[in-house]
Amino acid sequence: MKQLLTGNEAIARGAYEYGVAVATAYPGTPSTEILENVSKYKEIKAQWSPNEKVAMEVAAGSSLAGARTLVAMKHVGVNVAADPLFTMSYAGVNGGLVLVSADDPGMHSSQNEQDNRYYAPFSKIPMLEPSDSQEAKDFVGLAEQLSEDFDVPVLLRITTRISHSKTIVELGLPMERLVKPYTKDMRKNVMIPAHARQKRILLEERQRRLKEYSEITPLNRIEWQDKKIGVITSGISYQYVKEALPGASVLKLGFTWPLPSKLIQDFAREVQTLYVIEENEPYLEDHIKALGLEVQGKALFPIMGELSTAIIRRALNLTPYRAPLSPATVPTRPPVLCPGCPHRAVFYVLKQLRLIVTGDIGCYTLGALSPLDSMDTCICMGASLPMAQGFEKAHPELAEKTVAVIGDSTFAHSGLTGLMDIVYNQGTATVLILDNSTTAMTGHQEHPGTGKSLSGETTPQIDIAALCRAIGVSRTFVVDPFEMDGLKDLLKREVATREPSVIVARRPCALIVKQTTEALAVDATKCVGCKMCGRIGCPAISFVDKKSHINSSLCIGCGLCVGLCKFGAIAKEVRS
Amino acid sequence: MKTLNILLVGVGGQGTILASKILAEVAMMQGLDVKMSEIHGMAQRGGSVVTQVRMGEKIYGPVIDEGEADFIVAFEKLEALRWIHYLRPGGVVVVNNQQIDPMTVITGQFVYPPEILDTLLERADDVNILDALQLAREAGSAKTVNVVLLGALARKMEIPKEDWHEAIRRTVAPAFLALNMAAFSAGLKEA
Repeated sequence: MKQLLTGNEAIARGAYEYGVAVATAYPGTPSTEILENVSKYKEIKAQWSPNEKVAMEVAAGSSLAGARTLVAMKHVGVNVAADPLFTMSYAGVNGGLVLVSADDPGMHSSQNEQDNRYYAPFSKIPMLEPSDSQEAKDFVGLAEQLSEDFDVPVLLRITTRISHSKTIVELGLPMERLVKPYTKDMRKNVMIPAHARQKRILLEERQRRLKEYSEITPLNRIEWQDKKIGVITSGISYQYVKEALPGASVLKLGFTWPLPSKLIQDFAREVQTLYVIEENEPYLEDHIKALGLEVQGKALFPIMGELSTAIIRRALNLTPYRAPLSPATVPTRPPVLCPGCPHRAVFYVLKQLRLIVTGDIGCYTLGALSPLDSMDTCICMGASLPMAQGFEKAHPELAEKTVAVIGDSTFAHSGLTGLMDIVYNQGTATVLILDNSTTAMTGHQEHPGTGKSLSGETTPQIDIAALCRAIGVSRTFVVDPFEMDGLKDLLKREVATREPSVIVARRPCALIVKQTTEALAVDATKCVGCKMCGRIGCPAISFVDKKSHINSSLCIGCGLCVGLCKFGAIAKEVRS
Repeated sequence: MKTLNILLVGVGGQGTILASKILAEVAMMQGLDVKMSEIHGMAQRGGSVVTQVRMGEKIYGPVIDEGEADFIVAFEKLEALRWIHYLRPGGVVVVNNQQIDPMTVITGQFVYPPEILDTLLERADDVNILDALQLAREAGSAKTVNVVLLGALARKMEIPKEDWHEAIRRTVAPAFLALNMAAFSAGLKEA
C-alpha cells in the first residue's frame, strides 16, 4: 500500500516495520513528530525524556540490554547527547541503536545552523542520509542492521525538508520484534581506561571495515548520464540536483560516513567537470579535495541557508524556465505570542520594570520581539539561570536588575543544574519559571511536570516549586501571571532581595485550555486612541481609524487588555 | 501531464495544513507523484506560513522556486502580495479578501498596504478575489475558510469534482463532513 508520509512519519513507520522495541526523544523542531508517530504503534515502548542526553542514555541502556532502539532529536539536541554518544561508539551495541539527528538549514525554528554530519567522523560512527520519505523509512531498517552487524550506533541524519515534506511511501509488513538476551560483558560495556584503550584499537579496525562497506553498499550509487557534468551529492540536495541538472551523471551518496573514496575517484575520473552540491558546510567537498581531486563546490554554492533548484541553476548559469518577477515590498509578519498567551503578561511587566532578562528557548523567546522587547540573551536550553549568575559575578550591582526567564519544559530539560549553581555559589538571582504546563513551541508535548506520558497515561507529576525549595531556594513563590500588579510587586521585591528566589508564573498555554470566554470588543465612543492596549503585543488588537479594534475571530477573551485601558473602553461584546 | 506547483500561503493558525492534505489526497487519486512541504515550529505562531504542493509524473524537489508557481492560494491578502513573485507568468491567484494586521503594522513600524488587490491585478492575469470568511460563516463555520478557498481553486483546476468530494471525505472527520462540503461548494460557485 502507498501512502503520502512526512519523513518523520516514515521514520516512525520504519521503526515499526524493522523491529524497534524502544524509542526515546526530547521534542525539538524539526524532529518532534518522529516520536509522536512512533507512540501510535503500541508495540513500541516510546517515551519523552527530560532532555536529549537522558534520551540517549535510556536508548544506550535498552540497546545494550538487547532491544532495537531509536533515539530522535534536533541538531542542537545532539550537542546535549554528545557525551553518551561518543563513548557508546566505544561500547557498541547489543540491539541496534539508531540516532536520528534532524538538522535545520535556514534556521526555520532554531538558534543556529550546525551541520551535524561532522558528528559521524568525530564520534567514529557510520552515517546514513535519506533523500525522501521512502528512503527515510528504508534507512531505519538498514541502520538498525548495520548497527548490529558492525557493533556501533548509527547516525541517521535528516534535515527540515526531509522531516516535513510528504512524499509517497510503500508500506511493508512489520518484522518480528525480538529483544535479544542480555549477558554481562564488562570489557565491552564498562569504559574504564583499560577497557577503553582496547576498544580504541578496535574502533580503527571497525572504521576500516565500514569504509570497505561504503564502497559496495547500494546506498552509494552512480546514475550515469551525460559525462560532461558529474555531481556528487547526498540527502535533500540530490532532489534539487536531479531537477536542475536532469542530464548530468550523479553519484548519490546515501551512506556518507565513512565515505567511499574509491567510488568517488572512479566517478571523478569518468566525468569532464566535477561538482559537489551539498547544503551548508563543505563536508563532502573537503573529503573529495583531500583525495586530490579537482572539484567545484562552495566556490559556487552557498555555505549557509537552504539549497534549492533555483540556487543551483543560478550558480551554474543554467537558463531558468522563466525570469522571476521581483518581490513586492511588504511588511514583515514575524511570529507572535498567541492571543491569550500567559507569557504576554510577564513580558509586559518585565518591560515596565526595565529588567535585564537572561532568556531561554521556547515560545517565550518571542518576548524578545517588539513591542515587548524584553530579553537580553538567548543561547541554548537552560542557559538563562547560569547566565544570570554570570551577570552577577561580572557586575554584582546588576543582581538587583537581572531576572532569568525559563519555561517549565526547559526547566525540566536543563534548568536544575543551573539553579544548583546559583544556590551553591551564593548567587542572588531571581528566576521566573513560566509554567504553561506543556512544551508549547514544538506543538504541546508532555514533560515530567505535566503528569502525563507521551502515550497520554497519567504519571507522577514533578512539583516544580517543591523541587526548587528542595534545592535550597526557600524564597519560592507560585503566582498567576495575569495578576499583573501582584507579579510586579513580587518581582520588585525579589530582585532587591540578597537571596536567590524562584517565581513560578503558572497559567496553562492558551492553546490547550478550551476557550471559555467570549471575545472582547472596543466601545468606540469611549476609546480615545491612546494605543495603551497595543503595548502588550496582542495580535487580536489593531488600530482602525486611530481607534483600537479587536478582531473577534482571534480574541479569546483573556481580558489582559481590559485592565490596561484607563477609559474602560474594552468589555465583552454586546450582542443584540 | 506537466508538473503543477501550488503555493498555499497564509497566517499561522488559518488552516493551510488541512487544505494541503486534501489537495495532496486529490493529487494521489489522479495517480500522480506528489510532494508537499511545510514549516512547523517557531514560524507557525501567527507568522507568515507557506505550504508547497507539487504534483506531476515525477517530482524531485519538494519546494517551489520563485516564478514557478502555477497557483497561489492566499488565505490573507498581504500574504498574496508577499508571495506574488513566486507566480509564473499566466499563473492563477485565488485570494481571500481578508486583512490580518501583522505585529509590525500593529506597532506602527509599517503600514498595511492599502491597494493590495490592485497590485495583484497588475502583476497577474488571473486573480480571483473572494470573501472566504463570509462564505465560510454562511456555510456554517468561520473555520472552513480553508475549504472555501479549495473550492475556488478547484474551479481553476482540471480535476473532476467527484474526486475533490472523495478527498474531503477521506480527510475530514465525519462529524464535519457536511459543513466542509457546503464550504467547498460555496467556494466553487464564487470563484
